[in-house]
Amino acid sequence: MTEVELAPRGTPKRRRTRRLSGWDRVVITLMAGVPTLLTVALVWLPALASVGLSFSSWSGYGSVSSIQWVGLENYKNIFTIYPEFPPAIEHNLEWLAVFFCLPAPFGLFLAVQLDKRIRFSRLYQSILFLPVVLSLALIGFMTELIFSPTQGLINNLTGHTHGHVTDWLGNPHLNIWAVMLMACWRQTGYVMVLFLAGLKSVDPSLKEAASLDGANGRQIFRHVTWPSLRPINVVVLVVTVIESLRAFDIVYVINKGTDGLELLSVLVTDNIIGEASRIGFGSALATILLVISLAFIVPYLVSVFRKDSRP
Amino acid sequence: MDIKPADGRTTSSGTTHPARTLDRRSLLRGSALGIAAMAASPLLAACGGSGSSGSGGGTTVTFGSNAAVPQPKGAYETLFKAAHTATGMSVKPNWVDHNTFQQNISTYLQGHPDDVFNWFAGERMQFFAGQDLVSPVDDVWQTIGAHYTDAMKAQSKGKDGHYYLVPFDYYPWAVFYSKSMWKAKGYEEPTTWDEWIALAKRMKKDGSIPIAFTDKDGWPAMGTFDYLNMRMNGFDFHISLMRNGDKWNTPQVKAVLDQWRQLIPYYSPGFLGLTWQEGAQQLLNHQAGMMVIGLDQIGTIFTGAKADDLGFFAFPEIDPANGQQAVEAPIDGMMVSKSPKNHAGAVKLLKYLGTAKAQQLWLGSNPADIATATGVDASKYTAPQNAAVKLIGGAKNLSQFMDRDTRPDFADPVMLPALQKFLNSPGDAASILSNVDKQAKSIWAAGG
Repeated sequence: MTEVELAPRGTPKRRRTRRLSGWDRVVITLMAGVPTLLTVALVWLPALASVGLSFSSWSGYGSVSSIQWVGLENYKNIFTIYPEFPPAIEHNLEWLAVFFCLPAPFGLFLAVQLDKRIRFSRLYQSILFLPVVLSLALIGFMTELIFSPTQGLINNLTGHTHGHVTDWLGNPHLNIWAVMLMACWRQTGYVMVLFLAGLKSVDPSLKEAASLDGANGRQIFRHVTWPSLRPINVVVLVVTVIESLRAFDIVYVINKGTDGLELLSVLVTDNIIGEASRIGFGSALATILLVISLAFIVPYLVSVFRKDSRP
Repeated sequence: MDIKPADGRTTSSGTTHPARTLDRRSLLRGSALGIAAMAASPLLAACGGSGSSGSGGGTTVTFGSNAAVPQPKGAYETLFKAAHTATGMSVKPNWVDHNTFQQNISTYLQGHPDDVFNWFAGERMQFFAGQDLVSPVDDVWQTIGAHYTDAMKAQSKGKDGHYYLVPFDYYPWAVFYSKSMWKAKGYEEPTTWDEWIALAKRMKKDGSIPIAFTDKDGWPAMGTFDYLNMRMNGFDFHISLMRNGDKWNTPQVKAVLDQWRQLIPYYSPGFLGLTWQEGAQQLLNHQAGMMVIGLDQIGTIFTGAKADDLGFFAFPEIDPANGQQAVEAPIDGMMVSKSPKNHAGAVKLLKYLGTAKAQQLWLGSNPADIATATGVDASKYTAPQNAAVKLIGGAKNLSQFMDRDTRPDFADPVMLPALQKFLNSPGDAASILSNVDKQAKSIWAAGG
């Protein structure tokens, strides 16, 4: 985004110098430069270091000279003999798909309903937004309270605490869905608030004009509301991708992300953290996560910049 | 986190196994990827300050403690006061949350560690001794050696034969039960596998859960594996498997898992979704008949009037050649950092901590651990504590627990999920072991 702030290069220089005092230029340089420096130092250099370390084998002990370079060995091991990797990728992608398919449209639906100024709209809004205030770690605890096989709400309500216990948290085919249900509960409120903010900014006179022209509710939504929500759609898209790839705390709280709750972020942590870590192996996993993130971020940035550079 | 930690390993008595939380490096990497909103940063900040408090010298000894929770913290404070009277050394403690301490041990020891710090016996001690991050304490042992058994001495030495650890407290793993429940039902302690299975069958018929086995935390299953392996293949095979990681894909280990399958039908329903505390509750409520766990954990559930109701027996014999000789008894103790500011003071302090008097003062009313030094006043122990002393005293060999006997980068990342996978689908034992073997080979090859 910095290029945008740095003012158009093609404009005549004389006019710009006249408009910007020396002080202005210092301020602009600081405002663009300091964040850039911070981003490079705190985001990109560590990210590149991770990519570099992913070709190494290092326990984290001793000096940097004790790092052994092993080429693609870590990647080979991840793809061939690391049994937690395939389920982790699968869960991350499922997470992404579910977040796209459930909370995003449902959040939009709720936002549209609330925007109609029905009675107690504020109250509904608060109730639906409440889970967003909770951290995902806390929602992990709540998941345990609801789904625990013997002490959880669901099994106690349905009388499944003895004999044939439905193991919501321990069955690797069930637990990821239990967790995702809870994550969706939070995500829906988040998406709803974003859309609600977008809907408030839609000019009511446009809708009025459309209805005067004889458009029905659905047509107004399709041809007036939806197009003006475009900037918000991009935000929701980005938030959805970020929230699904960074999912971590909710499964970590439940069982440290094993036994059916594997996620890439958990595998990175598992291998890097601890008394003796496999820095290289964990970095390789982190690099894979980085590549997946870039696959979503790059097209987004490309489209944003293309739009900005248009006159 | 102190009341009920996510991983369950920190019990209120503070002696535990490791676990994984977040640390500085992962956080950096996390932020690098923009996935950094991890919840534990305040914890890490708290730990980062640990190095700077290491001022001292003269009559002050700094002490890095992993016992920040109230109960053991209070016991340590009492102990340090007594240590001041006995040795003239005033102890300056640096309290850190238990799991955070373990997770950051690498940064801690490579930074500015305290003179003395809490740590564990076994491979987990030898690993750090091997990294040249701690000082030998042979001079301490010249004084305290007489208070310790040979098994304890062996657990305190590094691979180079020098002493590195002063053992402080420990506890056995065994099969625990409620005496009152067993009396009412007329159950008797089994000593062999067949008797054990027969008893489990009987309990099932009586409508109880025979074995309260719970493995959501992942680590409790390691105790059962350790015992099965030691009973079937012997202590030496088990320790060699833990230290060298080279025999995972062998008929011996496969046989261990096959034997384990016989137990699974008697486990708590939904056991992979239950924490060890929930399992212990089943035992306390007489819903379940037995539980394979450590005294350090179960002792914190059976407290007060219930303390003497807790009974246990040694893990049953499977192969008469190995009998019931080996006991899993994780030892906690203290070590001295590489270049302590006050070496003489640290030695003095450890000489005091290596006495039964100091250890019993610390134990106080804690019924979940026992002192490592000999000469303890047994009349102050509860019935399970005295039984634990007897069990360990009769042991020919002591193991430490899988996550203390094998490499830290292998135990939790590889074995924990592998055992859960086996418990989920016991039929896949062969492929699970062949995969563990491949991962072990790659980890040992990389780590030397």
